Amino acid sequence: MLELGARPVYVTGVAESALGEVRDQTELSMAMAASAEALEEAGLTLADVDGLFVNYMGEEGSVQVAEYLGIQPRYSDSSDLGGASFAAFLNHAMVAISTGRCEVALVTYASRQRTRRSRNMAGRMSSYSLAAQLEAPYGLPTPVGQYALAAARHMYEFNTSPQQLAEIAVAARRWAQLNPKAWDREPLTVDGVLASAMVCSPLHRRDCCLVTDGGGAVVLVGAGTAKSATKPLVRVLGAGESHTHWHIAQMPSLTRTAAVESGRDAFAMAGVGPQDIDFVEPYDSFTITPLLAFEDLGFCAKGEGGDFVSGGRLGPGGALPAMTSGGGLSYNHPGALGLLLVVEAVRQLRGEAGARQVPRHELGLVHAVGGVLSTAATVILAAETSLQ
Amino acid sequence: MTLEFPDDPLLREYWEGCVAGQLRIQRCDRCGHAQFYPRPRCLACGGATLSWVEATGSGTLYSATTVWREVIPEFDPPYRVGLVDLVEGPRLLALLIDDAPLGAMVGVRWIPRDGRPPLPAFATEQRSN
Repeated sequence: MLELGARPVYVTGVAESALGEVRDQTELSMAMAASAEALEEAGLTLADVDGLFVNYMGEEGSVQVAEYLGIQPRYSDSSDLGGASFAAFLNHAMVAISTGRCEVALVTYASRQRTRRSRNMAGRMSSYSLAAQLEAPYGLPTPVGQYALAAARHMYEFNTSPQQLAEIAVAARRWAQLNPKAWDREPLTVDGVLASAMVCSPLHRRDCCLVTDGGGAVVLVGAGTAKSATKPLVRVLGAGESHTHWHIAQMPSLTRTAAVESGRDAFAMAGVGPQDIDFVEPYDSFTITPLLAFEDLGFCAKGEGGDFVSGGRLGPGGALPAMTSGGGLSYNHPGALGLLLVVEAVRQLRGEAGARQVPRHELGLVHAVGGVLSTAATVILAAETSLQ
Repeated sequence: MTLEFPDDPLLREYWEGCVAGQLRIQRCDRCGHAQFYPRPRCLACGGATLSWVEATGSGTLYSATTVWREVIPEFDPPYRVGLVDLVEGPRLLALLIDDAPLGAMVGVRWIPRDGRPPLPAFATEQRSN
């Protein structure tokens, strides 16, 4: 295990881009505006950025974005872990900063998948790819179909119910009602989820995330540069990542995700356990996604996720606040949610989340998932009262 | 009529098997591990000599979903897609042509396609032995 904690790394700036339906900006202009805002919080400017971490910004994404921002990084990363990329970038940036490869790391992303109508459930692939030959002919909509297969298997193995999955969507919606920036703030009940149209059994429309425009930026720095921060400090205490498969038929078990490994590494580095975490920002692409995460991260035993997410535990006033922005289910899902999970966790840790502020906010966990339950990245963040 | 095969030399044997009504998978000559899709090395022992063998076509339904949205023009919703664990080991994604419950024994069937090799699909299999 790398002794990364010896040289602390801080998140000193976060920002959302424009959200929802964005018609007057491009992805690049959204990313630049959010980056400048996040850097202002950090007491820095674009000229200070020497490490750049982006995904889904086109071919050679970090190269495209660096040119647009007018910067020349000495450390650059466009690793594609799908929606988990941005939580993984906190891991990568921590390594880069703590080993001196860069001092100011900028993580940014923006998407206009809603207004561009770029979502396509049949997927896009070259005709000779394995997926084109062995998956596409069967008409499984991607990614909802793969998540539905995992949910169906979880129900079969552990008697998890549609009502229990719906509890997750209801918790997210109750948080969204406290977030003025949330896309969908209409009241939602378990019955309402179950009455929504079936997309891929057992997942209903309201078990599935939004399709919106959005993005943001996160700034990470070493201890020296953290002095210029204008907001309360948040330290990256631990991080881990892993991935298990690309095609759903190659996933070793549909009820066990790479969160087992990403969580194990993040908790080990942070020196804390699930019982120490005040709130969680899980990737809620579908209701099954957080349920599997809570089990695999050790918040509850395997198979007990259905009970764990029930009874209002995750919602406002619950014992383990989760999806506190309203999540991908109700706040915003720009195609890759991980960056916005980090933004929300940092705001909660700083105590600046307004009506949705969680009561205890010393230790937060972000868990991002990408692909078809393929990738996992876990980050543990801590409110820091003074520089180490 | 000539069939159009995907431009993939590693999967050619598989697609030719589909034409012949055989579900073909790879088996390692050294350790006997069965794998699919095909690769130049065995994932279990690293062995470099693998042979194509005909699978029994029987397996257990591992998971399944009913699709209620139109995804591709070939299928009108609702239709079922599932994952089948072949008795030899490999897991396949395939169309399901009946309402076999999870855990049920299923067997391969073939769906013809115009100009392309047939696709494997699965249906409930009565235990005959």
